[in-house]
Amino acid sequence: MSDVSTPVVAARPRLQVAKLRDLALLPAILVLLVVGFIASPIFLTSGNLLNVVQQQSELGLVVLGEALVLIVGKMDLSLESTLGFAPALAMVLVLPTSENGLGLGLPEWTALPVCLLAGVAIGAVNAFLVLRLQLSGFIITLGMLITIRGLQQGLTVGQSLSSPNMPSLYYLGNAVWFGVHASIWIFLALFVIAIAFVGYFRHGRSLYAIGGNEAAAKAAGIRTTRVAAIVLIVASVLAALAGAMMVGHYGSITANQGSGWIFNAFAAAVLGGVSLNGGKGTLFGAMCGVLMLGLVQNILTLAHVNPYWLGAINGAIIIGALVLARLTTGKAQD
Amino acid sequence: MNAVEASNITKRFGQTVALNDVHITVADGETHALVGRNGAGKSTLVSMLTGLNRPDSGEITFRGEPAPALSDRQAWRTKVACVYQKSTIIPTLTVAENLFINRQNLDGGAVISWSRLRRKASDVLGEYGVDVDPNVEAATLTVEQRQLVEIARALSFGAKFIILDEPTAQLDGPAIERLFERMRSLRAAGVTFLFISHHLQEIFEICQTVTVFRDARHIVTSPVADLSKDQLVEAMTGEAVGLGAVASRPAVGSESVLDIRDLALGKHFSGIDLSVRRGEVVGIAGSASSGKVELGEVIVGLRKADAGTVAVSGKSLKPGSVPAALAGGVGFVPEDRHKEGFVPGLSIAENATFPIAGRLGRFGSISGRRRDQVAARMIDELAIKTSGPDQDVADLSGGNQQKVVMARALSSEPDLLVLMDPTAGVDVKSKENLLDAVDRAAAAGAAVLVISDELDDLRPCDRVLVMFHGSVAGEFPAGWTDNELVSVIEGIGESSGE
Repeated sequence: MSDVSTPVVAARPRLQVAKLRDLALLPAILVLLVVGFIASPIFLTSGNLLNVVQQQSELGLVVLGEALVLIVGKMDLSLESTLGFAPALAMVLVLPTSENGLGLGLPEWTALPVCLLAGVAIGAVNAFLVLRLQLSGFIITLGMLITIRGLQQGLTVGQSLSSPNMPSLYYLGNAVWFGVHASIWIFLALFVIAIAFVGYFRHGRSLYAIGGNEAAAKAAGIRTTRVAAIVLIVASVLAALAGAMMVGHYGSITANQGSGWIFNAFAAAVLGGVSLNGGKGTLFGAMCGVLMLGLVQNILTLAHVNPYWLGAINGAIIIGALVLARLTTGKAQD
Repeated sequence: MNAVEASNITKRFGQTVALNDVHITVADGETHALVGRNGAGKSTLVSMLTGLNRPDSGEITFRGEPAPALSDRQAWRTKVACVYQKSTIIPTLTVAENLFINRQNLDGGAVISWSRLRRKASDVLGEYGVDVDPNVEAATLTVEQRQLVEIARALSFGAKFIILDEPTAQLDGPAIERLFERMRSLRAAGVTFLFISHHLQEIFEICQTVTVFRDARHIVTSPVADLSKDQLVEAMTGEAVGLGAVASRPAVGSESVLDIRDLALGKHFSGIDLSVRRGEVVGIAGSASSGKVELGEVIVGLRKADAGTVAVSGKSLKPGSVPAALAGGVGFVPEDRHKEGFVPGLSIAENATFPIAGRLGRFGSISGRRRDQVAARMIDELAIKTSGPDQDVADLSGGNQQKVVMARALSSEPDLLVLMDPTAGVDVKSKENLLDAVDRAAAAGAAVLVISDELDDLRPCDRVLVMFHGSVAGEFPAGWTDNELVSVIEGIGESSGE
């Protein structure tokens, strides 16, 4: 029984095909690089490309969270509101009333922890509603999206928040480590960690098991509810972290920060091969999806497309890319 | 030593008593059959024996030791394994990962070594002779392969007691034979089985002992050799019945209802000619790869033929169109009732009257009263066990769901009735009700096509055609013997030969 190696050898080519499917977006990214090069000479410079990654780093964290949630077979639309609410809550608790804060006078250093804790709280509420009360994840997190956005508007009276004296919240979004923006390092590091986790650890693999067949996962001894709850919380924390990075990056939080992002987050995940039915898709694919959306945006900007038409063109390109991905993989997108 | 002993088990779900003080003892090394009609409590007992559910009272022991705590899945899995009707394979993962689900890190290491996992997986598959590539996605497996993977996985935990819950329901003849062959060799190696099936001949073929449950109670446990088939049926139904009693139908008419000319569909079948006359019941037998189901699906418009024509009552049907087939006087029971048969969440009345919804009211509206009248008549005729026409079909047992699908097929009083595996996964009594309905439809003048490899379904047919690899390999008038039919189904005999 020690040398039953033949079937493994025979199966190798098929395995490589499966790996290739994960790289399905790379040709599209290459095409975009060529198109970008033709559109503008600035495009293919390291400065511009790093800029694209930095621009996408916040969306990237949301996509990472959403992809994990989708793999485990759930859905979370509220991430785009968490993105604005979590840092906004942290700021109003610290800022004096003269700067649109609540004047509670919490020390400055609490801002980042409060921001992340807000993410934990929102994730926990989602998990309670979806997993414990067994409500439909789609409509419940849509409700949370609206509620949380409303909370942010209520807390801030619809004002943008900014403060020059909050290094803890501003640091991640504008620090530079080893000559490259910290947000790029964070984006890459979190994806690498997550890819390794879901690829090489038993608890990470349980996400796929639950999303693929929850009853079977339960029968195999996986604590399905607990795992799904943790994933929902992690996703919200990632969105809160992305929100903190945005504050540092842009210097302020607008009242509708993150509005409309959830479409891009879903589009990036699905483009990358993540199934909306759960149990399928890779985080590497999702990361490629994010970068692809970033390249499209960047090229449209460099090509001086009329900004009023940007939304329509961007949306159409995403829909086109989804159609293309469906046709090239030959499988129904679900 | 007994592999498992359960005594005085009682379980209630709300008002219903699912198990009433039942007991079962499975001796080491035997293959023990558990039979009973749908709703007899078999599935509930299985969930107790596999630690998914706790009995309200009673005791379960494995080889003399009390059952582990419910939360200790690991301990349960070393004692007992179950291949459920519902797959516990995760379709999006590879076979190798499915074998080691939730223990991918093998001997406790933190990081998964995929190359080692694949090697171990092919070891396990090789050890139990399962010819499946461990690296393919489990979604691509056939039902048979999937079951084998589940059995191999169960054995790899060290469990020597395996429950098979209706493993043959979705398998064709040769696959069932292969499964039995495997069960015999595992039994020789000391594995104990609890085998659940609706097919009584399988019990006689593979099991040594049989336990019968009826209405949540234990009725009898006996060596299989001491029971006749009729006694077994009697224990299950509580009434003396003679299965396979041939109903007398009026003579077959002369005008043909269904005319098929030179029909072909890809690799499934080609050159099929067939006529079925008014009042005639024709069976089509064959293995899963024979193309028989695909032929049925072409006739009713679920698939589009590559060549040839299908005519009903002299009029050609538009190929690949179910509405055209229904309008042309066809009623049918599809192969998979869960996928194509009924809409869960809707009532019996709605499900049973889809094809005739247009006739139940004026201007496209549906009269609830008239619909319920029609449904009530069908519930009566098919003996559907239900609280009324308003009940959700999803709440019915499998056999009663199938009766609703049959009711739907009959609702339009079709000229041609096409039934694909009409009694799959259905208990003895329901089977009888369904076959009675076929008889009545034929007596009323419908032409009936029964597509099945269930001999009980085929026995009442006026003649049976056997398909093999996409063409008709033999034709038998009523009165054939099991052996001659089966040998042609398996492709090892001549239709005319003795």
